Amino acid sequence: MDKNKIQEKIMEKTLLIIALLSILAIVLIIGFIFLEGFPAIQEIGFFQFMLGMDWSPKKDIFGVFPMIIGTLLTTIIALIIAIPLSIGCAIFLTEYAPENMKKILKPTIQSLAGIPSVIYGFVGLVLLVPFLRSTFGGTGFNVLGASIILAIMILPTIISISEDALLAIPKSFTEASYGLGATKWQTIYKILLPAALPGLITAIILGMGRAIGETMAVIMIAGNVVEIPGSIFEPVRTLTANIAIEMGYAINLHYNALFATGIILLIIIMILLVIANYIEHKKKLSVGGGEL
Amino acid sequence: MNIENVIETKNLNTYFGDHHILKDLNTQIPRNAVTALIGPSGCGKSTFLRTLNRMNDLIPIFRKEGDILLDGKDIYSKKTDIVELRKRVGMVFQKANPFPKSIYDNVAYGLRIHGETDENKIDKIVEKSLKAAALWDEIEDKIHESALGLSGGQQQRLCIARTIAVSPEIILMDEPCSALDPISTTKIEDLIHKLKDKYTIIIVTHNMQQATRVSKYTSFFLNGEIIENNKTSKLFVDPENKKTEDYITGRFG
Amino acid sequence: MSIITPKKTNDIAKSIFWLIGIITIVILIIIIGYIVVKGLPVISLEFLLSSPKESGAAGGIFPMIISTIYVTFFAVLIATPLGVGSAIYLTEYAGDNIVVRIIKFASEALASLPSIIFGLFGLAFFVVFLNLGWCVLSASLTLALMAMPTIMRTAENSINAVPQSYKEGSYGMGASKWQTIINVTLPAALPGIVTGIILGMARAIEETAAIMYTVGASIAAPITIFDPARPLPLHLYILATEGISIDNAFGTALVLIVIILIITISTNVIVERYQKKMMGE
Repeated sequence: MDKNKIQEKIMEKTLLIIALLSILAIVLIIGFIFLEGFPAIQEIGFFQFMLGMDWSPKKDIFGVFPMIIGTLLTTIIALIIAIPLSIGCAIFLTEYAPENMKKILKPTIQSLAGIPSVIYGFVGLVLLVPFLRSTFGGTGFNVLGASIILAIMILPTIISISEDALLAIPKSFTEASYGLGATKWQTIYKILLPAALPGLITAIILGMGRAIGETMAVIMIAGNVVEIPGSIFEPVRTLTANIAIEMGYAINLHYNALFATGIILLIIIMILLVIANYIEHKKKLSVGGGEL
Repeated sequence: MNIENVIETKNLNTYFGDHHILKDLNTQIPRNAVTALIGPSGCGKSTFLRTLNRMNDLIPIFRKEGDILLDGKDIYSKKTDIVELRKRVGMVFQKANPFPKSIYDNVAYGLRIHGETDENKIDKIVEKSLKAAALWDEIEDKIHESALGLSGGQQQRLCIARTIAVSPEIILMDEPCSALDPISTTKIEDLIHKLKDKYTIIIVTHNMQQATRVSKYTSFFLNGEIIENNKTSKLFVDPENKKTEDYITGRFG
Repeated sequence: MSIITPKKTNDIAKSIFWLIGIITIVILIIIIGYIVVKGLPVISLEFLLSSPKESGAAGGIFPMIISTIYVTFFAVLIATPLGVGSAIYLTEYAGDNIVVRIIKFASEALASLPSIIFGLFGLAFFVVFLNLGWCVLSASLTLALMAMPTIMRTAENSINAVPQSYKEGSYGMGASKWQTIINVTLPAALPGIVTGIILGMARAIEETAAIMYTVGASIAAPITIFDPARPLPLHLYILATEGISIDNAFGTALVLIVIILIITISTNVIVERYQKKMMGE
């Protein structure tokens, strides 16, 4: 019996240590990115680095402003495409789709989520880029192409979280609406969507995080020119692409500047994470308080 | 210490957080007999039952004062080995809860966790327990199939077999028939009759007919207190307490 | 004169939602279909079982398949005990205290980091700081960090879903906490845990950005975990962007997709069977 008790204690402590590894991992990751990136920010100056328009490693000039714009631009356009599609798809799944349609659509969404990002990039490269080139002229490597592929990639994320949010709305709400003679669309538009809004926003934010963080697909279709694009038909370079393209040969300040790019990326992602958590928290409170 | 009584409580009080559940309970449970605990919902009879093998320890906000003596020894004392206690005081739950394992593995589970490795011996005990639980004849040929494929009544008898397998002295039954049909209920009641000579059985039941059918003694609980302890034959026919009479005649509860 | 009635709007809305659902399916068909059509002619036993020649313009992808298996295997080997262990601690041992909340937040943060950040960290920490160099181990460790939160969250959910009655049944027979976890809780949660491991594995198989600068890009198959390697996604990326061979890129893409499909489908089947056996249906 004593042996048993000792075993119990050992297991509990071992598991605690394992669980603490998550904290260690995140601290190490953030720590190392800052450690390697900070010298660059120190040498270049935070504002010069953030707002600098020029990125010329050969001249030791490092400004990431065009990349920040590039990341935000591709992400926003991706969201403009993805939000109606994915929330529409979630509504279709929960409200309209008959059983056999669901049986096709659900695995479809799972498969879309399972396709490697490098394959999205590859399909973009061989299918979308030539199409854009012949339709809109230019090289075909541009903001629009990157955004379309990003939009497809974040569909599954937004769909599945929105679906959960929609399913979580009590049946009594929609029944009450139907009972008053509202049509299905009126019920969706006036009751379901407002009630599910916090969940939908969380879904969009998580999709946004995925778009901002995506690397491979974007590198392969965005063109990667360091300039603020004048239109969606011009090439663009994102923060992630900047790191991935140049890390292979970067040394000294250049190496640190790429980690500093990582810091900017980390900060953006962390802000999104905090917002998403805040909304989740709010949602819990408001459900408890009985308000929509 | 009374040799006739296997369990004795002294000023037992229990709490869930701020809720005072059992109030100053002083009672005895006779050895090798069936004792029924009856009373309206929320009267504390299930809490009392779960206190006897310390299942309430799993609930963080549970707290108790006073003593529970098993053969004269306090089961909540620091020296008590909770594993040993639960081996001696087995439990059958309200809803049959076989593990998602085979019938055989369900019965062998208790033996294995208590360190039995001799497979021959396990085989024998499994068979003996299933026979004792009047289940063997029905499932003899599918003993290695999942226990979850059994009917509700069979599952409950399996849970009893599982409890018997570790040879307890006391079996606690928490409304074991509440989820069963009348035929299955009859089988469980027959089983209780068969087991009563070898084991002390304490059964919580909402069904007063069941209490009269299976038990020798009955305790009537109300609002966390025991209103009346008596022989079942006496309690249901000629109760000493007015509240007991009100309850058994259906005036409340 | 046409009046837009609620009924009409309702019908229009219905058609639009159907259209959206169908578009989603069409997108998948285009992506998979295109790769299958273009990739299938490239696939042959020789393509699968020989080494690349002329940087991949000719020859096969055998070393890349080995690299993918190697890197993924070790990533899962490392991530599984960590992910499942954490999940057990959080669900069975920890209450709701500040440490638990920090662990959960850390795991969530880990799950939401972009893969290129893991790549940077892998490079700075495993490759340079620990001086492991570009190799299978560096890549596996990096991927393990990425797969861990996925495994942990799925395991946590499936352990939480194990009915309390199973645990009570076990405790009621005098089983200790650890005995209950090992003999009752984990077996009951196994389908969910396996699904989580597979999800983590899929994440490791498909990952490119995180291994670009941790695994090297050696065209030879790795022998030990300290050798550099070139998993399939990285090979695909190099073939496609360096204009080496679009045909072979299609072949590689098809192999990658098939591997992921096989893994997902076979797991679904195995998990379903296990569940049926357990549930006695």
